[in-house]
Amino acid sequence: MQIKRLAFMSVLSLVLALPPLAAKAAGSTLEVVKKRGFLQCGVSQGLPGFSNPDDKGNWTGIDVDLCKAVAAAVFGDAKKVKFTPLSAKERFTAIQSGEVDIIARNTTWSMHRDTALGVDFRAVNYYDGQGFMVRSDLGVTSTTELDGATLCTNQGTTTELNAADYFRAQNMQYEIVAFEKADEAVAAYNSGRCDAYTTDHSALYAQRLKLTDPKAHIVLPEIISKEPLGPAVRQGDNNWGDIVAWVHYATVAAEELGVTSENIAAMGNSQNPSVRRLLGKDGTFGDNLGIPDDWALQAVKQVGNYGEIFERNVGINTPLGIKRGLNALWTDGGLQYAPPIR
Amino acid sequence: MLGALVLAMVWLVANVQSNLERQNINSGFGFLSERAGFGINQTLIEYSEDSNFGRVLMVGLFNTLLVSVLGIGFATFLGFVLGVARLSRNWLINKTAMVYVEIFRNVPLLLQIMFWYFGVLRNLPTPRQAVSIGETMFLSNRGIVLPAIEAGVAAWWYGAALAISVSAYFWLGRRARVARLNDGLVLPVWRPLAMLTVVVFGGAALMAGMPFSLDVPALKGFNFRGGITIVPEFVALLLALSLYTAAFIAEIVRAGIKSVSKGQREAAAALGLPDNTALRLVVIPQALRVIIPPLTSQYLNLTKNSSLAVAIAYPDIVSVFAGTTLTQVGQAVEIIFITMMIYLSLSLLTSFAMNRYNARIALVGQNT
Repeated sequence: MQIKRLAFMSVLSLVLALPPLAAKAAGSTLEVVKKRGFLQCGVSQGLPGFSNPDDKGNWTGIDVDLCKAVAAAVFGDAKKVKFTPLSAKERFTAIQSGEVDIIARNTTWSMHRDTALGVDFRAVNYYDGQGFMVRSDLGVTSTTELDGATLCTNQGTTTELNAADYFRAQNMQYEIVAFEKADEAVAAYNSGRCDAYTTDHSALYAQRLKLTDPKAHIVLPEIISKEPLGPAVRQGDNNWGDIVAWVHYATVAAEELGVTSENIAAMGNSQNPSVRRLLGKDGTFGDNLGIPDDWALQAVKQVGNYGEIFERNVGINTPLGIKRGLNALWTDGGLQYAPPIR
Repeated sequence: MLGALVLAMVWLVANVQSNLERQNINSGFGFLSERAGFGINQTLIEYSEDSNFGRVLMVGLFNTLLVSVLGIGFATFLGFVLGVARLSRNWLINKTAMVYVEIFRNVPLLLQIMFWYFGVLRNLPTPRQAVSIGETMFLSNRGIVLPAIEAGVAAWWYGAALAISVSAYFWLGRRARVARLNDGLVLPVWRPLAMLTVVVFGGAALMAGMPFSLDVPALKGFNFRGGITIVPEFVALLLALSLYTAAFIAEIVRAGIKSVSKGQREAAAALGLPDNTALRLVVIPQALRVIIPPLTSQYLNLTKNSSLAVAIAYPDIVSVFAGTTLTQVGQAVEIIFITMMIYLSLSLLTSFAMNRYNARIALVGQNT
């Protein structure tokens, strides 16, 4: 009995004392995704225009479309993607631990996040800024009149920090109530707990739709910060980061070249060298990434170019009604600019 | 067995370290001295956006302690009242207590918190239409605003007077109890205490005058400025925690009282003690032996349940430290570890104190 116990103990100790090499010999993200058969995409818990499930559980939004485009590029099928709703607190832990392959969750690209959290930002799919929303009957027309106001916001986002900095710079007092979930923050603002709700400008328009009387609220004109929103991937896997970045740039390049999901079949016969390179008829760009050569063609055909994605989700014909603004192409005075595919 | 456990812990820590390094994620506790940069709407100590994350931890800890200690107090008081009510011979009191216990025990705590916060809050008026009591206290959906008492420097005389009165109370009480138990003498407590208090505070008034002023809140713009604000998050959390835990404590008290044998009550009646006195001096002291251990569990539950504050944005330790700070800094492992250690310490402290009390009230000469 004693010998048996001793033997068991020594084996246990040996096994437990093994160096933590066993930790991760997992393959690259692309291999893992291909083996799994679908892309695991981390999105928000419901932000109209960016990632929002409808009553049947289908997800739509700019971020959702980016993930679908990546799936189309890798698998040739935009439907091979599953969405994981993540709160602001969970998003970075989820990607660090490998629970998701990419987070497309209206996340601001900041230096701290890029360097200290083990994630990489490779592209910006929406240039945004922070704003404030108040009730129209408060009679406030500018953020400089918000001295002493109570703000509702989401916990642990750049929003909280920016609001603190802004009020300090303007020498104004404020009280902040920070909720973990965006829905709770909106509910509290709706019930009158706070005078103003603050988050990214685009999210303000989106969340306004969820209020009991959207027309009774106005979005103040000032933008108090830069919020470049983009997808994030794990640091250390450059190939996967390249794939995600170039899928986004391909959608922008498609819009620059006038390629849409509708005319893509006709564009296949185009003699324009840029179009031919984009659609994979010339060059082996897909091969360099480890994905099929018609990666961009599939992405644009099944999801659309950047302009189509924008107009379908947040454009002026949608309930959000946001103008292209900073997100127009560089040729139209905006910031969306694709490096050349050559 | 212990050796295997220690080895497992070492391996676990080494594994986490190497994984964090490999992925280029910051680790270590250096973040505690970095600037926080965000505001907190209820702070019991000095705090500003320039404070560091270590300060944030302390603010969160004090907020947790505040709601836990007050919650324990209210829950115990209400629990005892309800527990005794459950044993009342009056049918109405008995059944009312039963309905209360059944409702508040069986509805999940998170829903109760949400109810008090969103359900009740919605019906309070905005600050511009606040309910005012005497133009100095206001009730609105931003909280209860009370006038603050500002104490000048000379107020320490009053502080000293208060300290003297309180210690006199304990000293006189102990003296009277010892005399009663040993010699059967009845020594006066309240009259000398009253006279001492008058003398001591009179002396303070003489020395310091009236160094107190009232900081009355006034509506300026959006909110009330000045005074003390009790935020609705705090009220909702405290209410929900107290009412929920009181239901459990009521049942524990009922069990404890029932555990005292009927003979005790009959003997007390035979001695001519009225019901209330018998309850207070004979039944409850014996019932306490049965009540204290599960009561300790309820206190621990209340402290840990206060972490649900994160659902309604009350800035307790989970909300500001394991919530906002975690998302800003990104070091989930260290932050969750610190939070776990803090809850563990609070629980151990409570258990320790309650066990001391338990030992003190145990019947002398028995093994239980």
